[in-house]
This record gives sequence, C-alpha cells and structure tokens, in this order.
Amino acid sequence: MVPLGHYLILSAVLFATGTIGVFLRRNVITVLLSIEVMLNAVNLAFIAFGRTQGAVDGQVIMFFVVTVAAAEAAIGLALVIALFRHRESLNPDVFTSLKW
Amino acid sequence: MLLFYLFGAIAAGASLLVVLGRNPMHSVLLLIVSFAALAGLYIGLDAPFAAVVQIIIYAGAIMVLFLFVVMLLNAHREDDAPGGAGRLAHGPLRLGAAVAVLLVAELAWALSRAARGGEAMLSTGPGADPAALQSVRSLGNVLFTEYSLAFEVTSILIIVAMVGAVVLARREA
Amino acid sequence: MIPTYVAQLGLVLAVFVMLLLSAAVMVYSERKVAAFIQQRYGPYLVGPRGLLQPIADVVKLMFKESLRPVAADKVIFILAPILSATAAFAAFAVVPFGAETTFFGLLEAPVKLQVADVNVAVLVVFAITSISVYGIVLAGWSSNSKYSLLGALRSASQMISYELSYGMALASVLVLAGSLSLTDIVNAQQGAWFGVIPRWFVFVQPLGFVIFMIAGVAETNRAPFDFPEAEQELVAGYHTEYSSTAFMMFFLAEYINMVTAAAVAADLFLGGWHGPFLPESLGWIWFLVKIAAILFFYIWMRWTLPRLRYDQLMQFGWKVLLPLAALNLIVTAAGVIYVGH
Repeated sequence: MVPLGHYLILSAVLFATGTIGVFLRRNVITVLLSIEVMLNAVNLAFIAFGRTQGAVDGQVIMFFVVTVAAAEAAIGLALVIALFRHRESLNPDVFTSLKW
Repeated sequence: MLLFYLFGAIAAGASLLVVLGRNPMHSVLLLIVSFAALAGLYIGLDAPFAAVVQIIIYAGAIMVLFLFVVMLLNAHREDDAPGGAGRLAHGPLRLGAAVAVLLVAELAWALSRAARGGEAMLSTGPGADPAALQSVRSLGNVLFTEYSLAFEVTSILIIVAMVGAVVLARREA
Repeated sequence: MIPTYVAQLGLVLAVFVMLLLSAAVMVYSERKVAAFIQQRYGPYLVGPRGLLQPIADVVKLMFKESLRPVAADKVIFILAPILSATAAFAAFAVVPFGAETTFFGLLEAPVKLQVADVNVAVLVVFAITSISVYGIVLAGWSSNSKYSLLGALRSASQMISYELSYGMALASVLVLAGSLSLTDIVNAQQGAWFGVIPRWFVFVQPLGFVIFMIAGVAETNRAPFDFPEAEQELVAGYHTEYSSTAFMMFFLAEYINMVTAAAVAADLFLGGWHGPFLPESLGWIWFLVKIAAILFFYIWMRWTLPRLRYDQLMQFGWKVLLPLAALNLIVTAAGVIYVGH
C-alpha cells in the first residue's frame, strides 16, 4: 500500500505551490485561489495522519479547516469586490495609498 | 498505489496550473479538478465522508462563489504587471522556483522525521480499523463530544462571515 | 453460471441504457400529457400514436448545424454540456433500484441492483447535484451573450439556495433511518403498520416529503421554478447559443436529472422497491411505478402552475422553505430521541 511519506510529500508540494502563488501572482483572485490550494494541502496531511493513528480526529479537524476556509473565502471575495469598486483594478500593487 | 499516483499527479499538476495560469476563470476550473483529485485521495485514505464533504462544500459552493466573482468583475483578463505582459517576469519566476524547491525539501525533511515514528504502511497503521474509520456515526460522536466547543465556535464564525460578507460587499448607500 | 463481474458490467450497461430510454419516454410523455391537459392531441403522426416522436426529435437535433459564437471561450463552451450530461448520469450510479437478486438463478451470487454501493450514497447524490450547477454556469458564461449570462447566474443562485432545503429534508430522513446508505434507508421502510399502511417515510414525514419535492423541482429547473430558462422572457436562458448535439445534451441532462431526483425521492420517502403482491426479486417494477408517478406529478405541475418570478422564487426558498425544513429537522430529531424509534 501507500506509505505515509508519499502523502506528506504530496502535501508539501501542494503547499509550496500555493505559497509561490500567493507571493508571485498579480491578481487578487488568483492569490485567494492559491490560499485555497495551501489549505487543501494541509487537509491532506491531516487526513493522512489521522489514518495512521487509526482515529477519526483527522477528518474532524479537516471539517473545521474546510469551514474556516469557506468563511475566509467569502470575506476575502467580499473585500475584493469592495476594492474593485474603489479602484477598478484587481492588481494588488495598485492599492498603495497607505504606504508612507 | 497506482490510484495514488494518478490522483496525486492530477492534484499537483492542476494546482501548479492554477498558480501559473493567466486566465483566472481557467484557474478556478483547474482548482475544481484539483479538489476532485484530492477527494479521490481521501477515499483511498478510508475517509469517504471527508471526500464527499470536500466536493459538496469546496467544489460545490466555495468555487461557485469564486466563479460568480470572476464573472461579475469581468476578471477573465489578467491585469498587466507594470512592464510585463501579464506573465510572471523572469527574475521573480526563477527566484520563486528556487524558494519553492527549498520549501518542499524542508517540509519533506521535517515531515519524514515525523513519519518515521509512524512509518507503518497506511493500510496497517496502529489500531486502524477501516470500518470504524468509515463510520459516519463514530465521526459524529467525536465531533459532538470532544470537539463540541470548536463546533459551536465555528457556527458563530460562519454567522460572522455571512454578515461580514454582506456588509462589505454592499454599495455605499 | 454467469460470473459476478460480468453481471456488474451488464448492470452498468443496463442502467445507462435505461436512463437514455427514460429520457426518450419523458420527452414523449411530457408532450402527450401536456397536450391532454391542454385538451389537444399532441404528437400523433410519427409512428403509432406518436410513439416514435422522440426518435424524430433526436434525429432532427443531430442533423442541425452546430454553431459556436466567435467570441465564446472554446474550451469551456464545449465542456459545459459534457459536464451537465456527465453529472446527470453519474448521480444515478449510487441509486439502488431493486433488492439483491440472482436473476432467477443465473448468477453465482446475488448481486445488488445498484451500480456502486457506497455507504455514504446519499451524500454522493447531493455532491453530484452540486456539480451540475457548474454545467449551467459555464454554459452561460462561455456563450458570451447577456441572455445566457443572466439566465446562468439566476439558475445557479436558485439551485444553490434550494440545495439547502433539499439537504435538510434529506437530513430528516437520515435521522429516521440512522444510516447514509440508500440501501439501508430503503430497507428501513419494510413492512407495514397494522398490516395495511406501509412503513414508508412519507407517512412519518409528510412535510419533509413536500419540502423535498419542491426543492427537487427547483433543483432541476422545472416549472414553476424555471425562470432561468423562461421561454418568454430570456429567449432560452443559458442554452441560448447552443444548437444541435450540445443542446441535446442539455435537454438530456435536464430529463435525467428529473429521473434521478424522482428515483432518490422514491428511495427516501416512498419505500424504494418494496410493494405488495410482488416477490422481492421483482421489486424493481414497483420502483418504476413510483418513479413514473413522481414524474407524472412533475409534468402535471409544469403545465398547470404559473411560473414564479425570480425574486418571488428566491424569497420563497429562503424565507419559507428553509425555516420549514429546519423546523422539520428539529421536530424529527426530537421525536426520534423521545419516542426512540
């Protein structure tokens, strides 16, 4: 069967992909999508570990992560809409009015 | 084993395309593909309920929200980075790839140290009884007894998020 | 003796063919029933009593010119009808339509009349219904036309809103049956009270059944909730720009969604394949009868009731149906605890 390490490496790869997306993309929606990728990587790690322990706790924590991700996506997108109405742009570099 | 590689490759490939793609609409759809592949992986990990919940909530609701926003904001054209044609410039791309490789290496090293303790193959993990794991009843039991506080707090969080989203996205009256 | 895996492959094929045939039957019966409600004859030229009309429709649709708007997003434009049709067929994979049977002794071991017996079957149906929203949204978006986009957005928000009531009505049945597997839920409805009234959940949960049916009609975009494809207002809604084979796929997807919704309702509330006078192995006949009754009810509703306006539809879904569904769930849960079924 599949050793635990394989799942963890896949989780690490997904997490790194998401992190790069958050750092490098110039479109706020793609940044939010990358955050979702990272959260999914974490979910995979939780469920893999839960399976190793033989307990359902991994799945329970995964539900909480999914719920929090849903709430965060909703608020994040509401913010994106509000920002877009203000400056007509989705490029995070445009929103610089608080810089000194 | 083959299924793991198949779903794993689809998940990793789709996530990479999400991050690197130009068109946010395509990124959203590729992320849905990635979620489906992850759901397949969860089924392989004896967590069918988690897989179905992932599809219902993540792929079925959150991604529809993203789609709505992408469509309403007409975001299907990537904003131009100053000087670039919307693509990632070479300097940041190379640096980003280097950082990514470093991150993966470090995470893999750290996690493999953790995994060595429970290095058993997943099918014969300690106390692993697939039937018990798959039972939604045991899941509900644990959720409402040990994690009841987290459950209640999460429900408050959802209400706050709902109210917040409505307030934030409202037009200035 | 036919080995089991051959029987299972045959089952998959049989379900697929049955779904296609049921779509054809639905096309014909919708037009005939509509005609009789409106006191006219309906199709009667093609074949005896117009029975070959669906075949004529399919042939016509396949020979039409396949159009694609120039500014449409190519990949998504082609993907959307495929996604719709696939989701519609896939949802039926976990619906059981009969008891275990050996086909009169031809098989080595009894095989369940269900393509995949998953122990979270109810949720799988729900998940695939959530996916079918995408077919509609992507179709509307990729057509690059304002009618399509409006229709798609309205349809998607309607489907998402009614999914909540759908889920809660479903949850009330789960509380009664104590299991997520459709086979277990059907088997919990065996037997009869006083030997006469069958133990179907519709008698224990009448409000739940009504909520489920209304939400099902809204989920499948059928009248009186079919504002997104309102023929009079929006040209044809999200499938305005589609023609020929792609249109046929949407058409097919809609009818098969209806059949799946009826099948799930029959399993959850009407006792699945249990019925009097027939041995258990022929229970699928009763299943077909129940589905036919529910589908007749769908068609009847379409041609009798006026269409709800979009804001009325959303208000009804959120302000009336959802509180009722929640109340139903609470009362059911309380009942189960205190009476201890």
